[in-house]
Amino acid sequence: MFLYILKRLIQMVPLVIGITFLSFIIIQMAPGDYLDKLKMNPQISQETLERLKQTYGLDQPILVQYFKWLINALKFDLGYSFSYHVPVIEIIKERVGNTLFLSITSAVLAWGLAVPLGIIAAVKPNTIIDKFIQLFSFTFMSIPNFFLAFLMLFVAVKTGIFPTGGATSPDYEQLSLLGKIADRLWHVSLPAFVLAVGSLAGLVRLVRSTMLESLQAEYVLFARAKGLKEKDIILRHALKNALNPFITLLGFEIASLLSGAALVEIIVNWPGMGMLMLDAVLSQDLYLVMGGLYIGAIMLIIGNLIADILLAKIDPRVRQREVEGVLK
Amino acid sequence: MRESVFYYIKKNKLAYLSLYILFVLYFLAIFADFISPYPYDLQHRDSPYHPPTQIHFFDEKGNFHLRPFVYKYELVDPIFKEYKINTDIKYPIYFFTEGEKHYLLGLIPTNIHLFGVKEGKIFLLGADNLGRDIFSRLLYGARVSLSIGIVGVLLSFSIGALIGGISGYFGGKVDNILMRLSEVIMSFPGFYLMLALRAIFPITLSSVQVYFLIVVILSFIGWAGLARVIRGMVLSIREQEFVLAAKSYGASSLRIITRHILPNTFSYLLIAATLSIPGYILGESALSLLGLGIQEPYASWGNMLSAARSISAIASYPWILSPGIAIFIIILAFNLLGDALRDALDPKLRKNL
Repeated sequence: MFLYILKRLIQMVPLVIGITFLSFIIIQMAPGDYLDKLKMNPQISQETLERLKQTYGLDQPILVQYFKWLINALKFDLGYSFSYHVPVIEIIKERVGNTLFLSITSAVLAWGLAVPLGIIAAVKPNTIIDKFIQLFSFTFMSIPNFFLAFLMLFVAVKTGIFPTGGATSPDYEQLSLLGKIADRLWHVSLPAFVLAVGSLAGLVRLVRSTMLESLQAEYVLFARAKGLKEKDIILRHALKNALNPFITLLGFEIASLLSGAALVEIIVNWPGMGMLMLDAVLSQDLYLVMGGLYIGAIMLIIGNLIADILLAKIDPRVRQREVEGVLK
Repeated sequence: MRESVFYYIKKNKLAYLSLYILFVLYFLAIFADFISPYPYDLQHRDSPYHPPTQIHFFDEKGNFHLRPFVYKYELVDPIFKEYKINTDIKYPIYFFTEGEKHYLLGLIPTNIHLFGVKEGKIFLLGADNLGRDIFSRLLYGARVSLSIGIVGVLLSFSIGALIGGISGYFGGKVDNILMRLSEVIMSFPGFYLMLALRAIFPITLSSVQVYFLIVVILSFIGWAGLARVIRGMVLSIREQEFVLAAKSYGASSLRIITRHILPNTFSYLLIAATLSIPGYILGESALSLLGLGIQEPYASWGNMLSAARSISAIASYPWILSPGIAIFIIILAFNLLGDALRDALDPKLRKNL
């Protein structure tokens, strides 16, 4: 198992190099370089400029610059934000918490609802419940999540059930601990609901179709013939064998924790990574843009890695093919 | 094969309906300047946020009128943009009425519009903050949103299929390099990559430039996933005998790939293209919604929705959300059609669904 993980990590190296190189090229292609904007700022002295120039190697050839940037990026030193005047990683750290809170809440909601609903639809195919679940999933798969966010904001303004923006109330600091938790949950409810509904719709379809396939397999027939309880058949035999695609999807879910919510965040004014990226693009704050891009990509690779490892752990067939294949 | 596709689509009522809806929407977009009562940039400064005008056949006393009419809306509160219906003044609706000059299909100069009122105003879906007719803008915006899906898919699928074909056909080093490249592209979160690529270019560009920029950005992100699937298919197709036959009469590699191998992936390409178009429409809407796409005064469904980013506007003038409904309908139609195509063309996937 250890060797397998090691092999996967080694495979990641060219990928990371490719990602950082592309990020770097995007910076290079953008008009103006990193120091041009700082030069405009009278508060920054000539010595600082020189020092920065040396740290980022801006006086050296492009490939050297790239390797300097790469070494810095691997240490998560992503440069200096033009508009906030602090290191990029500091700003990202501030925002990451909010984004993770929102996307984890919505992922839990979506998965928690999708699995039971999908199983119900698969166990009773072509009944009214199944038709209804399918209709629901098809409709909400096609509603753009930014539009759903607008609709929910409209409901929120009209009814006052939901707050209409931000992650906390203005009087958040004065609240008790329980009050703080409740306040946060209340604020996260609207964007989390919007995001959850969107991914729920796709997930239900997938759970349903893999479960349907799994229920037709011969081991399920055998389990029935043995006289097992229907509940055991579904949960312990059919579901367990239908899990593989979900593990892969779970990897994607981890990967999109940082970036999946971006557009909805912007619309409901959630102070997370999405808003930060948009502001960065609008103010042409390139190192911040690249920082976000880079961290998002790293998350994606890690998500896939986790999915692969889980898959190898859970499914003996995969384990045999991948893990023992490495050892031979 | 073609007959069976139509047979399946006809049998699937929802898909058939979607095909009709798409046909109607594209028709509306092409003839937008004739069907819309006003040009997209005509501002009625005296009627900002005008509510949708209802079309009446019966007046307030219950008398039937053969010619439909709209009532006059009077602005009673210029600050909160509140309107009152004045039932004393009716404006009858005429068909093929004269209005602003336009060029039908970009060629024929005419000032005839499908419908309109001679006096007063008709706003089927209300007006925006500058008093522009949302219905007209929706039709003009459809040109952007509906075409960008097709143009984007054509571009990214040409690139994706070609690269996938080359990668699968040659194998070895070429394959390795191209696939690592596609992995790199796929490792970036799509939305962030879209924003970052947009950041390379100046914020203010002309609308035509932005249109093609969006197509290029979306295709740059979109080709990778397709190339990987096509590569997988090509790996098995290249072992077949007709490829050997083509090789034996001396066809060039490029010819074998484009003329012999890729046509065999056509049914998959068609399904994938139909199911990818929504992504391009959403990408354009998202960029325009954030002010990074098509710029005012040109209309696109995305930039029309950006008016809804102010919460007070959504609350008081909910009709500004109508482009969202249009996006929903078009995406639903493409999804239903794509699903039906998959059922028709790909029997392996058909079994459970």
